[in-house]
Amino acid sequence: MALLEVKNLQVRVEEREILHGLTLSVNAGEVHAIMGPNGSGKSTLSHVIAGKPGYEVTGGEILFKGEDLLEMAPDMRAAKGVFLAFQYPVEIPGVATMTFLRTALNAQRKARGEGEFSTPDFLKKVREVAASLGIPQEMLRRGVNVGFSGGEKKRNEVLQMALFQPSLCILDEMDSGLDIDALRVAADGVNKLRSPDRAMVVITHYQRLLDYIVPDVVHVMSKGRVVKSGGKELALELEATGYAQYADAAA
Amino acid sequence: MNVAATQIDPAPVASAFDAVRARLPGTESVTERRQASFDAYASKGLPNRRIEDWKYTDLRVLMREVLPLAAAPDQAALQRAGTALAHLATRDTTKLVLVDGVFAPSLSDLAGHEAAVEIRSLAEVLRDDGNGNRADLLNINASADAMISLNAAMATDGVLITVADGASVGRPIHIVHVATQSKAATYSRSFLKLGSAARATFVESFVAAEGAAAYQANDAVVIWLGDGAELQHVRLMEDALDAINISTAVFTVGAKAKLNTFNLTSGGGVSRYQGFVSIGGEGAHVATNGVNLLKGTQHGDTTLVLNHLVPHCTSREVFRAVLDGRGHSVFQGRINVHQAAQKTDAKMMTRALLLSDEAEADNKPELEIFADDVTCGHGSTTGALDESLLFYLRARGLSEKDAQSLLIQAFIGEAIESIADDGLRDLAIAAGERWLEARS
Ligand SMILES: Nc1ncnc2c1ncn2[C@@H]1O[C@H](COP(=O)(O)OP(=O)(O)OP(=O)(O)O)[C@@H](O)[C@H]1O
Ligand SMILES: [Mg+2]
Repeated sequence: MALLEVKNLQVRVEEREILHGLTLSVNAGEVHAIMGPNGSGKSTLSHVIAGKPGYEVTGGEILFKGEDLLEMAPDMRAAKGVFLAFQYPVEIPGVATMTFLRTALNAQRKARGEGEFSTPDFLKKVREVAASLGIPQEMLRRGVNVGFSGGEKKRNEVLQMALFQPSLCILDEMDSGLDIDALRVAADGVNKLRSPDRAMVVITHYQRLLDYIVPDVVHVMSKGRVVKSGGKELALELEATGYAQYADAAA
Repeated sequence: MNVAATQIDPAPVASAFDAVRARLPGTESVTERRQASFDAYASKGLPNRRIEDWKYTDLRVLMREVLPLAAAPDQAALQRAGTALAHLATRDTTKLVLVDGVFAPSLSDLAGHEAAVEIRSLAEVLRDDGNGNRADLLNINASADAMISLNAAMATDGVLITVADGASVGRPIHIVHVATQSKAATYSRSFLKLGSAARATFVESFVAAEGAAAYQANDAVVIWLGDGAELQHVRLMEDALDAINISTAVFTVGAKAKLNTFNLTSGGGVSRYQGFVSIGGEGAHVATNGVNLLKGTQHGDTTLVLNHLVPHCTSREVFRAVLDGRGHSVFQGRINVHQAAQKTDAKMMTRALLLSDEAEADNKPELEIFADDVTCGHGSTTGALDESLLFYLRARGLSEKDAQSLLIQAFIGEAIESIADDGLRDLAIAAGERWLEARS
C-alpha cells in the first residue's frame, strides 16, 4: 500500500476548477519531485493535502496510510504524520518560536496518545537540530518567523520537520529565496530525514535542488494534472526543453 | 426598548439608603457628606445613554436597579471567602481582603508588612472621633458621576495605605475583593498614597466565593504618586459572570513620577472600569494599559480619561479587547492636553479582536489638545483572527481552540507585556488563561 494515494482529485477554488483529476502515488521511503509551470496547481495540491480551508474537493480522494485524509481536520493530519513546509511561511508576532514548537510537538504527541516531552529533553532536542541547521538560539526566542529573512524562514520549516519527524514531508519550493550555502544546509537537513518509512514530495522549479535531494520519481504537472512521470533524468530534460510540450499535452 | 421598564422609582432607593445609613461608618460631617452624595445620586439616577460618558453603557437598561446593601459578612461568609482566597493562585503578596465590601483582618496579611507601609481600614478612620472631619475621603472631584456619588454615600469600608517617602516596598500590596452574597450590593473605597520617591506594586483582584451570584460591586480607589514615586498597578476583575461591577480609579501623578497601570476585565456580566488620571507634575510618565476579555453576553466598559496638565510629560495607552459570543466591549479613551501642557508626548492605540459575528466592539479614542507644541496620536482597529495564521498553527498540530488561544494570547500580550514586574505580569497572564480555558 502506498503511503500517499491521490486519486483523480478535482479541486475548486472560488468556483474555478484548479485540479482536474490529479493522480499521484507515493510509497514510503521514496522521494518524489513535482515540477511544473507557475499556476499549474502545485501549491494547491500541497494545501489540499494539508487541509487548508477554502478549497472545495469536487471529486476523487486522498488516502494516507490507507485512511481518508479529506475527512480529517488539519491538526489530525499533522498528528498522523503529514507535514507541509510552506512556500510562504507566515510570521506570527507575539508567539515565541520556542513556545510554538513545544505547543505543536506536544499537541501532536497528545493526539497520538503519547506523553508530553519533558522540558529539558525538548530544549536539548531543539538546540541540537537548530545548531545542525545553523539557526542561532536568539532566533528561537523571537516571534515565529518575525524578522526572519526568507532563507531563515525556510530553515525554520526544516527545523520543525526534523523535530516533528513526520512520515510525509511536502516541501513547497523550499529552495526559493535560499542562497547556495543555505540551500546546501537545508538540503542536508532534509536528507538526514530520508528513511525507509518516510516519504518526501519536493515541489521545485529548479533542477539544482534535485542535485542535493535526489528524487526517485519526477512528475510534471501542467494545468492541474500530472502529465508525465519519470526518473530523475526527467528533471534534467525539463531544464533543457522547458514546459512548452506539456502545456499542449494537458490542453 | 421598553421605556417604562427603564424608569426608576427613586422612592424605594431613598428608603434603602434610610434603612442602612445607621450601619454606615462615620458621624457628623461624614454623615452629611453621605447624605449630600446620596441626594446627588438620587437626583440623577442610574446613568443612561443620554449621558455622553455612558452612551454605550446604559445602566438603566443593563443594571435596572440598585440592590439592597449586602449584610456585614458573618463567620460563614468569611469562611467561604477564605476558600475563594485559597483558590486564587497568587504569589507572595500582602493581601488586604474585603469581603462584601467590609475589611476582613482575619483573612488579611497584616502581621508581616513592611514598616514603611501604614494600613488602616476606612471604617476605622471614618469612625475614629479624632478624625470626625474625614469627610474629604468621600470626595472625588474627578467626575460628577452618579455612580461615584452612590459609592460615596454607601461606602462601608476599604483600606487606606500609605507608603512613606523614599520607601521601596518589595512585596506587592494586594487588595482582594471577595463577594460571598447574592442579589446584594457592596460599596468599597480605598486609598493608596505613595510618598515622594517611594516605589511600590499594587494589585487589585475581584473574585466571587462559590455560590455568590447576581451581586453588584461598586468600588473606588484613589491613588496619589508623590514626586519621583513609581507605581506598578495591576487590576484583575474576575467577578461572577452574572455580577455587576462598577469601579472608579482616580490617579494623581506628581513630578517625575512613573505610573504604570493595567486593568484586565474578564469577569462580570456588566462592568464599567473608569480611570481618571491627572498628570500634575512635570517630567512624569504614565502608561495605562488594559484588556477586556468578554464572552457570552458579557458587557465590559473601560473608560480612561487622561489629563495632561503640565509640560514635558509622556503617556502611553494600549488597549485590547477580545470578544466571543455576544460579548460587548466598550473602550473610551480620552486624552486631554491642557493649554499649559507643552511638549506632551501622548499615544493611544486600541485594537479589538472579534471571535464571533455577534460580538460587538465600540471604540472611542479621543484627543483634545489645547497646547500647540505636542506629539499626540491615536489609532484603532477591529478585526478577526488571521485565517492564514490559524491554518499554519493547525497544520502544525494545534486544535482549533489551541490555535486560537495562542493567537489571542499574543494579541493581548501587546498590552500585558507593558507590566514591568515579572510576578505581576504572570498574574495577568494567568487571569487571561483562565478566561481562555473557560471559553469552550
Ligand atoms: N485562493 C485562490 N483564489 C483564486 N485562485 C487561486 C487561489 N489559490 C490558487 N489559485 C489559482 O490556482 C492556480 C494554481 O495556483 P498554485 O498556487 O497552486 O500554483 P503553483 O503551481 O503552486 O504555482 P507557482 O509555481 O507559481 O507557485 C493559479 O491559477 C492560481 O491563481
Ligand atoms: Mg506554488
